[in-house]
Amino acid sequence: MDVLLDESNRQAYLSGFTWILLLTLVSAVFSLVLGVILAAMRVSPIPVLRWAGSMWVQLFRNTPLTLIIFFCYFGLFSTLGFKVSNNITVNNFWLGVVGLSVYTAAFVCEAIRAGINSVPAGQAEAARAIGLTFSQSLTMIVLPQAIRTTIAPLGSTLIALCKNTTIVGTIGVIEASTVMKDLINSNGDAVIEVFIMFAGTFAVVLIPTGYLFNWMSRRWAVKT
Amino acid sequence: MTGQPLIRLENVDKHYGALHVLQDINLEIPQGQVVVLLGPSGSGKSTLCRTINRLESIDSGTIYFDGTPIPAEGKQLAHLRSEVGMVFQSFNLFAHKTILENVMLGPQKVLKEKKSDVEPRARLLLERVGVQAQADKYPSQLSGGQQQRVAIARALAMEPKAMLFDEPTSALDPEMVGEVLDVMTSLARDGMTMIVVTHEMGFARHAADRVIFMADGQIIEDAEPDQFFTNPGTDRAKDFLSRILTH
Repeated sequence: MDVLLDESNRQAYLSGFTWILLLTLVSAVFSLVLGVILAAMRVSPIPVLRWAGSMWVQLFRNTPLTLIIFFCYFGLFSTLGFKVSNNITVNNFWLGVVGLSVYTAAFVCEAIRAGINSVPAGQAEAARAIGLTFSQSLTMIVLPQAIRTTIAPLGSTLIALCKNTTIVGTIGVIEASTVMKDLINSNGDAVIEVFIMFAGTFAVVLIPTGYLFNWMSRRWAVKT
Repeated sequence: MTGQPLIRLENVDKHYGALHVLQDINLEIPQGQVVVLLGPSGSGKSTLCRTINRLESIDSGTIYFDGTPIPAEGKQLAHLRSEVGMVFQSFNLFAHKTILENVMLGPQKVLKEKKSDVEPRARLLLERVGVQAQADKYPSQLSGGQQQRVAIARALAMEPKAMLFDEPTSALDPEMVGEVLDVMTSLARDGMTMIVVTHEMGFARHAADRVIFMADGQIIEDAEPDQFFTNPGTDRAKDFLSRILTH
């Protein structure tokens, strides 16, 4: 256990998981907003919006995340010159957020769309029948009921997102899995301990997250 | 505006794939008339009812409401729908809102009325349909009959020019049919223009001004209730009546 008692190792550990946390939170916000917009497009009465939403989902859901993150770095940054900060680590962080968000948004969209489909069609019909517009009926009647049945699948998506943030290590953000690799390389005698420490940290945070989302989905379930 | 019908259908046609569900329908409904649509299932009566607020689109023909053709989409259509109340077979109360919120939503969000103006009116409507005590409950906590009466109150809160009822009692337990029909009968007496798709022959006899009998997407008979029930003019209608009245 000496490896974990070392002050600089502990700093590295904390910094690694801080990146994981930041990547997860920021990407979660962006992918939720983007996912809701995509889901609205996919159920809208305008064919071109439905088509665009569906293209997005097909494209990003079927491309490996590693490729998307690489594209963000080599394509967006190196080739197209997309740059939000002169600090290279901060810039890599945002490139990671872009990749994670466009990818995760596809899953958020599908979770919400499944939720929308679970709301009986009569709810939207009744909303239209009293004169609500499409967007009013979506935001006031359908989505509030869909989001509640979507909570549990969104929890799974959030957990997947959190684990996926480790891929941003491949473009130079020293997040937890990169720290773990470094520690293993320099502490060949403590491989198992280091591994358990990092994997355990994910588990300790993510298992309760899963329970929390299940609890919320029961708490807010719409009784019909 | 006397003489001009509130609702007018002109050469209305609709297909579901190969099924010709509405065939060249022509119909005029004056203000204040209570029309009951009868017919065997699949005759197109529900579809006809739902075309009037464009929950169902039509393939050709024109439907006029209060003198203007029903708009195809967008804000004008939403505005038209706000003037036509609709009551569904499956109630369709907003499941995540309380009874009072269900009734207040339309006036607040569509008519942009202030909450303080809407609430007294909403409570009065709930009292009129006899569910004032349930105002703060959620739809799932009410019986079917209570839910349907709330649905009527929700439609009335918009102060509509006409009301459409699409089989309003078909999903109800028998003992709850009466309470809903009572509300509808009192509405009819108050002069509301109503189009009612139903199998309730008692209501058709006593509350309706006019019976329209449909079969295979066509209007077969158009008569006063007394005449229709005692002396139907077609074999289709006689056959239909003998099937339902002998039970």
